[in-house]
Amino acid sequence: MAEDQARQDQDRNGQADGMIVFRDVHKWFGDFHVLKGVNINIERGEVVVVFGPSGSGKSTFIRTINRLEEYQRGQIVVDGVELTHDIRHIETVRRDVGMVFQSFNLFPHLTVMQNITLAPSKVRKLPRKDAEVAAMELLERVGIPEQAQKYPAELSGGQQQRVAIARALAMRPKVMLFDEPTSALDPEMIKEVLDVMGELASSGMTMIVVTHEMGFAKEVAHRLVMFDDGNIIEAGTPDQIFENPQQERTKLFLSQIL
Amino acid sequence: MKANLFNTWYNSVLTVLIVTVLFLTVKPALVWAFSAADWSPITSNLKLFLAGQYPLDQMWRVGVSVLIFSTVFGVAWGVWGGVARNFALLIAIGLGALAFAPLSLDDLGLQARVWIIANPVAVVLGHQIHRTPLAASRWVIIWALASFVLVLAVLRGVPGVPWLPEVPTGAWGGLLLTFLLALVGIVASFPLGVLLALGRRSNLPVLKGLCVLFIELVRGVPLVSLLFMTQVIVPLFLPEDLRLDRVLRALFAITLFSSAYMAENIRGGLQSVPQGQVEAARALGLGGAHTMLFIVLPQALRAVIPAIVGQFISLFKDTSLVVTVGLLDVLGIGKSIVLGNVEWVGSQREVYIFIALLFWVFTYSMSYTSRKLESALGVGKR
Repeated sequence: MAEDQARQDQDRNGQADGMIVFRDVHKWFGDFHVLKGVNINIERGEVVVVFGPSGSGKSTFIRTINRLEEYQRGQIVVDGVELTHDIRHIETVRRDVGMVFQSFNLFPHLTVMQNITLAPSKVRKLPRKDAEVAAMELLERVGIPEQAQKYPAELSGGQQQRVAIARALAMRPKVMLFDEPTSALDPEMIKEVLDVMGELASSGMTMIVVTHEMGFAKEVAHRLVMFDDGNIIEAGTPDQIFENPQQERTKLFLSQIL
Repeated sequence: MKANLFNTWYNSVLTVLIVTVLFLTVKPALVWAFSAADWSPITSNLKLFLAGQYPLDQMWRVGVSVLIFSTVFGVAWGVWGGVARNFALLIAIGLGALAFAPLSLDDLGLQARVWIIANPVAVVLGHQIHRTPLAASRWVIIWALASFVLVLAVLRGVPGVPWLPEVPTGAWGGLLLTFLLALVGIVASFPLGVLLALGRRSNLPVLKGLCVLFIELVRGVPLVSLLFMTQVIVPLFLPEDLRLDRVLRALFAITLFSSAYMAENIRGGLQSVPQGQVEAARALGLGGAHTMLFIVLPQALRAVIPAIVGQFISLFKDTSLVVTVGLLDVLGIGKSIVLGNVEWVGSQREVYIFIALLFWVFTYSMSYTSRKLESALGVGKR
């Protein structure tokens, strides 16, 4: 049933145009089967919110997209480049895919400015001046230009996460991945991060967001994807999922978190 | 003071007791040092302590070398200030005072005093760099490295330059040899240690195995046996006509020994960097080398500064073990003065106390620098 649903998605969207295409992706951690044949096709400019119980594989799913996790079977194609063991393919994909982590993972020994300019100047060989001008623009965009010369430890959690978003955007990615970006934040800081993400979505960025912030999902997402037991068990527009979920599991899960 | 020392009756008793003990021990020590002790074995042998058997008519080259290092500290003061300023001032004031020390002209000749008094001048001249556009960190580092090579060339001699005839390292001794062994040992064992630590964490089994083997073998034997091995065994493997310098062989042993310990210290630092840091770097598209160089190593190294400096300090002290293979470092010179000269028999106390003080001054400088470095780099640490 789940596979049928995913396949329908694929047929409807057509395979060639997808920004991110998963075809029957399997992953094992040792004997543990984490991803059990995931199929999904994500369009350019689409915002997909992924949710589901912990241990359902949603985090592993998002981390396979830039190959922080390997997979053992199936196929993942990102913007026409297939992820294989070839490190050049992996680095090409990583340049085009930005990621924001639950625990921020800012570099504590570098200032905010250096955090943002490091990758553009080392990987894209941007001159330092240009990288700094671009970084200031991004800091304006996430609303904290005055923090440029501080170290991450001097910022609040919400500010750190906004720096992390700016850092990922500095590589001018085509896709942004968010792995529970607000789970480590105090409640009053969640909104400032979600606002930045909302603005990013309306600018046309392709985004995949693992989150349980259902308000955000309702407002911003084009499609919701429910993970359970290593696979997508239901996918649809926010209206479909919230008003008329097809799966008992989805109904139950939503009733627990809403 | 009252609150700290006399707040309760037993603290008062302790205070009185400790003051009594201090009075009973420190006073006689000071009285001995300033009246009974005979410091002449030191004052009469200043040249030996400084440079060992370095030829007397070539001593100007040692003077030039000290001057070059003084300018390095002056330049560092001009650019960085802070700790560098403290050291520069210490050198300027210390050597300035030495130049006018109340010693007889036999012990410290006029010529030597002129060389010494030139050092404060060199420090001040070096400091003037802050008025020029060259006042940048990279120029300090370039000048420091260049001066290192320059000093080695001046001391050792350059073939084909008649006014710099070769002085074989066998003739080097005293502080000169101690510094040479310690500085080269530190400068060489640090990068070697980093490479060994990275090798030990490598995914390539052969590389990893070799690094583990090297580290465990070298750490498993005493430094003295390594020194003997490099002196006695290494020449057996080399062709007849290639005779490695004895000091070089000792340096080899010290560097290998220290790098094995260094590798383990640095490996500890590497393990302390969270996996999330590597993931974040990878997700940004940084390659393996960039991730290591800009993300992992800087965090790993600052986490283990105390251990690394501890290793440097123990390397500095361990250089005195070269005495066992017949090289006369500053301790060796002291020993030979006490044992080798009827005139100085019975002056062990003065000589060894002097040497201990010398070692302490330099090792304490290192640990002082380390503390300042830690607090300077601690900015933004989580």
